[in-house]
Amino acid sequence: MIKVVMASEHGLHARPASEFVAKATQFDSEITIESNGNEANAKSIINVLGLGVQHLDEVIITATGSDAKDAEKALAELLGASHA
Amino acid sequence: MLKGIKASDGIAIGVAKWIKEVEIEIIEMSFISVEDEKSRYLKAKEQGIIRLEKLKAETAEKVGSYEAEVFEAHKQLLMDTVMEKEIFQYLEKGHTTEFGYETVINKYIKMFEQMDNAYMRERALDLKDIKMNQIRILNNVEDNSPSLSEDMILVTYDLTPSETVKINKAHTLGFITEIGGETSHSAIIARTMGIPAIVGVGKTLEHIKDGDELILDGLKGEIHINPDKDLKASYQEILKTLSDEKASLESYKNQASVTLDGQVIEIACNIASVEDMPYVLESSADGIGLFRSEFLYMNRDHYPSEEEQFEAYKAVLEQMAPKPVTIRTMDVGGDKAVPYMQLEEEMNPFLGFRAIRICLEDQDMFRTQLRALLRASKYGRLRIMFPMIASLEELLEAKAILEAVSAEVPNASYELGIMIEIPAAAMIADLLAEHVDFFSIGTNDLIQYTTAVDRMNAKVSKLYSPYHPAFIRLLDRIISAGNAAGIEVGMCGNVAGKPDFIPLLLNMGLKEFSMSPDMVLKARKIVNHHQLNKEQVKEIYQLKNIEEVKAFLNI
Repeated sequence: MIKVVMASEHGLHARPASEFVAKATQFDSEITIESNGNEANAKSIINVLGLGVQHLDEVIITATGSDAKDAEKALAELLGASHA
Repeated sequence: MLKGIKASDGIAIGVAKWIKEVEIEIIEMSFISVEDEKSRYLKAKEQGIIRLEKLKAETAEKVGSYEAEVFEAHKQLLMDTVMEKEIFQYLEKGHTTEFGYETVINKYIKMFEQMDNAYMRERALDLKDIKMNQIRILNNVEDNSPSLSEDMILVTYDLTPSETVKINKAHTLGFITEIGGETSHSAIIARTMGIPAIVGVGKTLEHIKDGDELILDGLKGEIHINPDKDLKASYQEILKTLSDEKASLESYKNQASVTLDGQVIEIACNIASVEDMPYVLESSADGIGLFRSEFLYMNRDHYPSEEEQFEAYKAVLEQMAPKPVTIRTMDVGGDKAVPYMQLEEEMNPFLGFRAIRICLEDQDMFRTQLRALLRASKYGRLRIMFPMIASLEELLEAKAILEAVSAEVPNASYELGIMIEIPAAAMIADLLAEHVDFFSIGTNDLIQYTTAVDRMNAKVSKLYSPYHPAFIRLLDRIISAGNAAGIEVGMCGNVAGKPDFIPLLLNMGLKEFSMSPDMVLKARKIVNHHQLNKEQVKEIYQLKNIEEVKAFLNI
């Protein structure tokens, strides 16, 4: 489980959401993303968009499976890095 | 050759592209086994992905990689595992794939539309596109989404504001619609985008087939289908002179608008949403004479929050500062119905419960808009304008509410004005002028109410004329009353953008003209060559009919 603050100004919308889901689907592990008490399947764009994560919200990424550690690290990096 | 109503001038020569919402009837229960229905779903999904990949490649090459990204997002939506699981549940109960798509996707469309965020509402449109295309694929209906390569003249029943989201501005040469008039949404959109349009062509539109070559003559309101060589050559000639004239207008960009006798005039723009700002800035207009705030209330199913309104008003005020921005408070009703307000069906919507009348009754909604406006006022020069004022009592009541709200908003600064669009207001303009900083004449509705003509009713729309002597006298009355009281009188209806009217309006003492962005430079050229001639105004009282007024304005 890893915590990270949403850096992109757009929040988890537009391009960041698309990239986030694309990255998550590269891993075998089951991955969920949690924000403001709601949870979403990180591999579903519908779920992730529905979460409506805003700029500077804190999110928790939890992966379970063979490549859980790498998945969490990669996804946290993606959200933590500020998008132009 | 077809004829229609000229909505935005200019000539276009291009290929016809029909936009038609193909109605496919959704069958609820499947005739084949659950296993076969599932493989039918998977096959259609596969074809959908191939279609999106093709569109993405084509767009990246022809338009740009940024624009191509939207199809990547569509692909992700199409392949979404959560949605797929929900659709499978319907298939396992014996439903068809179409029914699965329709029910599941509509649920998410509703969810996205309820989100307080323009971006998410746009994603709802993506979902609608995906649903329609998958259902087309399942029923082998040919996909008619405009391919982005050749330049197109769009042919459609009517161009709803939401359809404009899909219009690719780079490849749209013009619009032709079956219904609508000079001031319908599609016409206003065409003028704002500065591209030729002909509306209200009627049923004869059916003669146009996809792929036909068209000449769209926005000056005469004529459409030529598959023209012969000479006709095409003569139009190419006209196209050339038009572009030369456009080049000569460029010299008026970023110039002041001042008459030869030294009177500073404000040539401003009408806008319907924040998306129009690039066209306004490009035109170097002296301000915004009418920001129709209704767009914040339409195409959705709940009231816009104070925050959302504040962001929209702030964005426009900031970009225009220090130039003035006139924002009209909510003007819904009449031809602009909004479902969630549960407005009753009315016999005469134009004479009914609308605009300021709704605001004076639903004061919470009115206060929310006023608070958003006043909070945004420190980001630029705000002018608040009340629509549909017909009496002094209404004005004073609305003004009292505004002053009460402004007491709650620290250092709010604004000017207050009213639309003069009802003959009653025109007749007591002197009384109203004492209580406001400016008037703006709403000629579209003022003509309708004065001559009792519904401009959108094809049966009588030809009776709708800004050249009616009664209307001309009314203009003189309003402008004189405003000037006598020392307030600024402007105009934001269509007449303000008509070149042949500008000299007379200047002589009457009109100080602000608000029009669509593509008319600004043309208007500035006329203003900067105008020498005041007050005598001319007296002569209008001898004019007996529309023909004499037209001759007087040398049309």
